[in-house]
Amino acid sequence: MHPDVVVMGAGIIGAACAQALKARGLGVVVLDRHGPASGTSAAGEGNVLVSDKGPGPELDLARASRALWPELAQDAEWEEKGGLVVATTPSAVVPLHAFAAAQREAGIDACEISVEDALTHEPHLNREITAAVHYLQDAQLNPVKATRSLLRGIEVRLAEVSTTDGRSVTTSDGVISCGAVVNATGPWARDFGVNVLPRRGVVLVTTPIPGTIRHKVYDADYVGAVSSGDADLQTSGVVESTQAGTVLIGSSRQRKGFDETIESRVLTALAQRAIAMFPMLRNVPVMRAYGGFRPYAPDHLPIIGEDPRTPGLWHATGHEGAGVGLAPATGRLLAQLLTGEDPLVDPRPFRVDRPEVMV
Amino acid sequence: MRVVVVGAGPAGMAAARTAADAGAEVVMVDSEPEAGGQYLRGRARFEHPGVTHLKNTEVWMVEGDSLHLRGPGGARLLRFDALVIATGAYDRPLPFPGWDGPGVITAGAAQALAKQGVTLAGRVIVTGTGPFLLPVATALQDLGSTLVGVYEASSPTRWLREAKAITANRHKIGELASYRKVLPRLETRTAVIAKHGDRVTVAKLDSQWRPISHRTEHADLVCVGYGFLPRTDLLPNASRTHDFLDVDDHQRTSVANVYAAGEVTGIGGADLAEAEGVVAGAAAAGRRPPAKALEAVRRGRLFAAALARAHEVQPGWQTWLHPDTTVCRCEKVRLEDLTDATSMRELKLTSRVALGRCQGRICARNAAELTGVPFDGQRRVIAVPIPLGELAELPEDKS
Repeated sequence: MHPDVVVMGAGIIGAACAQALKARGLGVVVLDRHGPASGTSAAGEGNVLVSDKGPGPELDLARASRALWPELAQDAEWEEKGGLVVATTPSAVVPLHAFAAAQREAGIDACEISVEDALTHEPHLNREITAAVHYLQDAQLNPVKATRSLLRGIEVRLAEVSTTDGRSVTTSDGVISCGAVVNATGPWARDFGVNVLPRRGVVLVTTPIPGTIRHKVYDADYVGAVSSGDADLQTSGVVESTQAGTVLIGSSRQRKGFDETIESRVLTALAQRAIAMFPMLRNVPVMRAYGGFRPYAPDHLPIIGEDPRTPGLWHATGHEGAGVGLAPATGRLLAQLLTGEDPLVDPRPFRVDRPEVMV
Repeated sequence: MRVVVVGAGPAGMAAARTAADAGAEVVMVDSEPEAGGQYLRGRARFEHPGVTHLKNTEVWMVEGDSLHLRGPGGARLLRFDALVIATGAYDRPLPFPGWDGPGVITAGAAQALAKQGVTLAGRVIVTGTGPFLLPVATALQDLGSTLVGVYEASSPTRWLREAKAITANRHKIGELASYRKVLPRLETRTAVIAKHGDRVTVAKLDSQWRPISHRTEHADLVCVGYGFLPRTDLLPNASRTHDFLDVDDHQRTSVANVYAAGEVTGIGGADLAEAEGVVAGAAAAGRRPPAKALEAVRRGRLFAAALARAHEVQPGWQTWLHPDTTVCRCEKVRLEDLTDATSMRELKLTSRVALGRCQGRICARNAAELTGVPFDGQRRVIAVPIPLGELAELPEDKS
């Protein structure tokens, strides 16, 4: 039996596409070189954020995803912990408040709170912070468990794809004929014709200190780092706990191809940023560091849709560091477009034939 | 020309001496207060012209041509022209019901304590596989413990196939004589498969290590050692086989200007480690390794390969566990918590096995075998935990 759709990539995006296609009655096979969530999806923090996105198509996609996740992530350590964005300098107060005001206009729960209230939410926060915004909708999940949940009942084959023409894929195991192909290969999506580049991110993990840090807490300058296209190393402070009690410390962004080396200067910059926000972290040991490659499109928007040059080839990639947060709506949008349903968000901003995307 | 040697056991000391004698400026870094490593703990008196010995100093990362150190003088960066990794190996325990309770330690820990003259318990059992069990049992008995038994899971007949290795390493047979006091307590094809309080279940095993019969013994302490796992954290990207670092005949690893010697390349005993140290030290200093040392390495590797075959861990140990038996002590992961996964990373992030304080050093290999997930070796970027405050203030100047 030929599958209706072959999804290339068993990361969170491929899994969400497969789940949405299956829910519409299509026969789906997912292919991956290394198995479910073996690449970018397992190398992040599992964030489902609305706080870091300004009004626009990506925020629309994030809101739609945020509404879908609670039901899909029941077995995946889903936690509606909320986000706390803090300004650490006097000059950062006005831009943070302006950003939050624009988000409120777009329907986001972005509450300006006093520094005293912020310290009640996060008692170990640096008392020198200058402003804080509380985002009630920010959540977190375990991305590997979430990927597995989405893939429940769907066939996943270990295979590497060399080429596809939209009606078949050529794998290390032979050719599979199908009705359509979804390219959900994340930072490796360029191999199948879209301009996606890897952007390196590194996360530090401390020994467990349960209950010490309650929200996702980050420095307001994170938003600027996310939307920057610079190749040079950029870091901002992003600190949060996992259910196991460990603290995850990000975030760094650096363009250096698929170089897996972790540099000490990145570790140093992350440590400095984290301590600036939570001085008590100074004495907490770091157990490990891990890095991943985020799929980055030059115009910082996901790519979701059919490739006009290769009918039958669909792309779902370019989510950079927000893939977990954007996955369910991406999967649903792709499945809706593929089956001719009305889309849940405007698909045009994510179309494939953007000049920056076609290569 | 600066040669830095990490580790001050038999391999590291030999590498440091040889490189210094060849004219290199040598720095030997070790985390212990005295040289000797696990094998000669506290009994080595190391001093050699041209070698600076940095004691109580941990190396937590190799980056380019520099090492990141943590020591009594704080954090520092140490530049090298050539690096010799001689970081050794540590015991592999196998889990069984009760192994995570009181009164169970690794054979290596027992030996280390015994070398410091610590009397551990009244009644002790040593269980595992490999010739290392005998010196451990001897040391415990010498300190006054009652040796209930030394249980070797493998069959001694496996050595009958290794005539070539034995002929080339006759002196190893002689070593057996020094353990004659404990030989009457040695039982082969036998293992501890459970411990509840002081009641220890001892089983006779078939060739696959599945229990065929069992009895109860009483012991306060069970020392466990099923071979060794190499300490390869400093070279996360180096080529490895079964987790041991791959080296060529000059002890070169796959990383430029980095050599490895001793147990980190394979388990073959102190004399092989020392010979590999001589070869690595000479090669690191840009000299041709002495023929005698090369020959000793060749012979020693025959023995090491035979040892690995004769004492290979057999899959039947997996039947010793119950669904609620702990596999990962740090994160309290039981056998039944291990998920069906295709990769080690997926297994870790869904069950939390190997994500705790030991970073999988104790449990990752066992968890991989229990689930059938390929054991890809563990890539730990940070070799030892380091406080964030220290990371934030890393020195930039290399010395």
